[in-house]
Amino acid sequence: MTVNVLTLTIDDQQVSAREGQTIMQVATENGIFIPRLCHIEGLDPVGACRLCLCEVKGTPKLLPACTTKVSEGMEVSTSTERLGEYRKMILELLFAERNHVCAVCVSNGHCDLQSMAQKVGMDHVTVPYRYPKLQVDATHERFIADHNRCILCTRCVRVCDQIEGAHTWDVMGRGEGSRVITDLNQPWGDSETCTKCGKCVHVCPTGALTEKGRSVAEMAKQRRFLPYLTKMREEW
Amino acid sequence: MAKKQIVIDPVTRIEGHAKITIQLDDEGVVEDAHFHVTQLRGFEKFCEGRPFREMPSLMARICGICPVSHLMASAKACDALMAVKIPPVGAKLRVVMNLAQITQSHALSFFHLSSPDFLLGLDSDPATRNIFGMIEKYPDLARDGIRLRKCGQEIIAILGGKKIHPAWVVPGGVSEPLDEERRDKIVAMLPEALEIILRTLDWFKASLKNYEEEIATFANFPTLFMGIVGEGGLLHHYDGKLRIVDSARNIIKDGIEAHEYRKYIGEAVEPWSYLKSPYFKPLGYPEGIYRVGPLARLNIINRIGTPKADDEWLEFRKLDRHAVMSSFHYHYARLIEILYAVERMNEILHDEDILSTHVRAYAAPNCEVGVGMSEAPRGTLMHEYHIDKHGLMKSANLIIATGHNNLAMNRGVLQVAKHYVKGKELKEGMLNRVEAVIRAYDPCLSCSTHATGQMPLHVQLVDRRGTILSELKRN
Repeated sequence: MTVNVLTLTIDDQQVSAREGQTIMQVATENGIFIPRLCHIEGLDPVGACRLCLCEVKGTPKLLPACTTKVSEGMEVSTSTERLGEYRKMILELLFAERNHVCAVCVSNGHCDLQSMAQKVGMDHVTVPYRYPKLQVDATHERFIADHNRCILCTRCVRVCDQIEGAHTWDVMGRGEGSRVITDLNQPWGDSETCTKCGKCVHVCPTGALTEKGRSVAEMAKQRRFLPYLTKMREEW
Repeated sequence: MAKKQIVIDPVTRIEGHAKITIQLDDEGVVEDAHFHVTQLRGFEKFCEGRPFREMPSLMARICGICPVSHLMASAKACDALMAVKIPPVGAKLRVVMNLAQITQSHALSFFHLSSPDFLLGLDSDPATRNIFGMIEKYPDLARDGIRLRKCGQEIIAILGGKKIHPAWVVPGGVSEPLDEERRDKIVAMLPEALEIILRTLDWFKASLKNYEEEIATFANFPTLFMGIVGEGGLLHHYDGKLRIVDSARNIIKDGIEAHEYRKYIGEAVEPWSYLKSPYFKPLGYPEGIYRVGPLARLNIINRIGTPKADDEWLEFRKLDRHAVMSSFHYHYARLIEILYAVERMNEILHDEDILSTHVRAYAAPNCEVGVGMSEAPRGTLMHEYHIDKHGLMKSANLIIATGHNNLAMNRGVLQVAKHYVKGKELKEGMLNRVEAVIRAYDPCLSCSTHATGQMPLHVQLVDRRGTILSELKRN
């Protein structure tokens, strides 16, 4: 099998790539970091969080690096001033949308949302907080789902579907009313499809899905399993 | 002369926000006085629906001065929810952190907040009657205070990772054991702290004769005293049972367990303050007035339990035939407690098993109600949590040390105002004494106001002639 090799530029750096790769994959291989929250290696990209938007020369629109395939001669910019401002704004909106109280969160210090804010220099939220009243579902014997901390990245939905094959998680509602749900919006503890494997908990970027029994700042996620499982699925 | 009201707002050099109002009669003589706490925090409300394991860290946010005290009471309430007995070394490490907290908080109260009154004088210029004025005039003493507070704060940081709001105290014990290096680091800090506190005690005792008038009038009246005593009636800030003594040091009630507190303590609400007024139920309200905190603790115990502090305690006991009654002596008691804390930390850290790695118990929530009780620097602290079967908080009731003293602070304000404040020839120094009696209690008001919606409200619309035009009541 032959693979076409493409050459392109990312942030003025000449790079080569295999046909079919995304900008995110090529950038990562070449040591260029592009902020992301919904994307995680091993799951299909969905381009939901918009943090990885890049500028591509000749295209007026901004394109998500996680879903955009590279092409010959492409000139990509991943960290312009404009993108930096947009990323800060996206993060501000995420923080303002629900109740992310880092100081008392079980994922404090191990949270992708928190570390992404640090990386892009988002140190203040300039839009008003919305303080929605949201449920904490602690009905599961091993895990807790705290919708206050959910950013709707759908990593849980994808890992449950694509890797575990249970498809317990899904999304309901639209816009600000969107929620991740288990089965047909039943309490997680009543779910008949959940295998209690815990993959959703460990791919969750924030303290939305956590293990029971963890105290504040103790919920570090283990994600090394994901690339191995993905590879195994491909090979078999 | 018409009726007048003097308002001291804000009360300075305390933690939190409060004001004092003093009512004068037609002759300018003090008729009544109130201590108002003017802020509301609401932690009892917004913890509802959260997982109980968040509570120690969440409740610690009540205060930046004594977060560790809230960590202790909260973690103990969570231990009770899990129905676990925490490993002995986990408990010992909690005790060390609690004593470090007592040290730093007492040092802050004594040196930073109250010593300007003693050293620069209660009548001195208010512009310099503060820690900066102290640094200028008495640099050695100010340095001692800062060093002592630093020692307490450093120990908290060494144990818990940070000085304020460490997440190290968890339901079931502590999250990390102590290692040799950190133990030695703490032990090395203690000799300097011991020197400082002994030096300060000598100086303070020698200066007591200058404050005879204040000692006689600063909330100097008989009340009950309440606090936790450890086994054998020894001083203990972390674990033990409640004891209540009267002003003659007769034990009124002993051996009250944390979960029984509601049987003995009622909480009254007054319309002029967000701070509730707890009282000893068998005596009713407001006759059930009692005091908590360092003075109360030294009044209720059989002895302290460490050698140097015991010597000081015996001397302290001689101040009064029965219980030491003047709230001015809170300051003295605070110094003796620092001495105890330094001695006791040293003892515990030399225990053979202190480096054990078994410091945490694990369990699911097994009880629906848990009460945790500990002695904060300012007195007995109570956290009561109710959870559902999944471990989510249904409700919380907090009684904060400062709240217990509310009745006594109000009565103290009135006593001092009546003695010192003369409406016709008002001087700043008079009012400073009214504030100073509050400072003696070292209240932490930001800690102490959490419930809303229960305040009986009574609004009257009155015309110039005093006729009631309209009236609204809510109970």
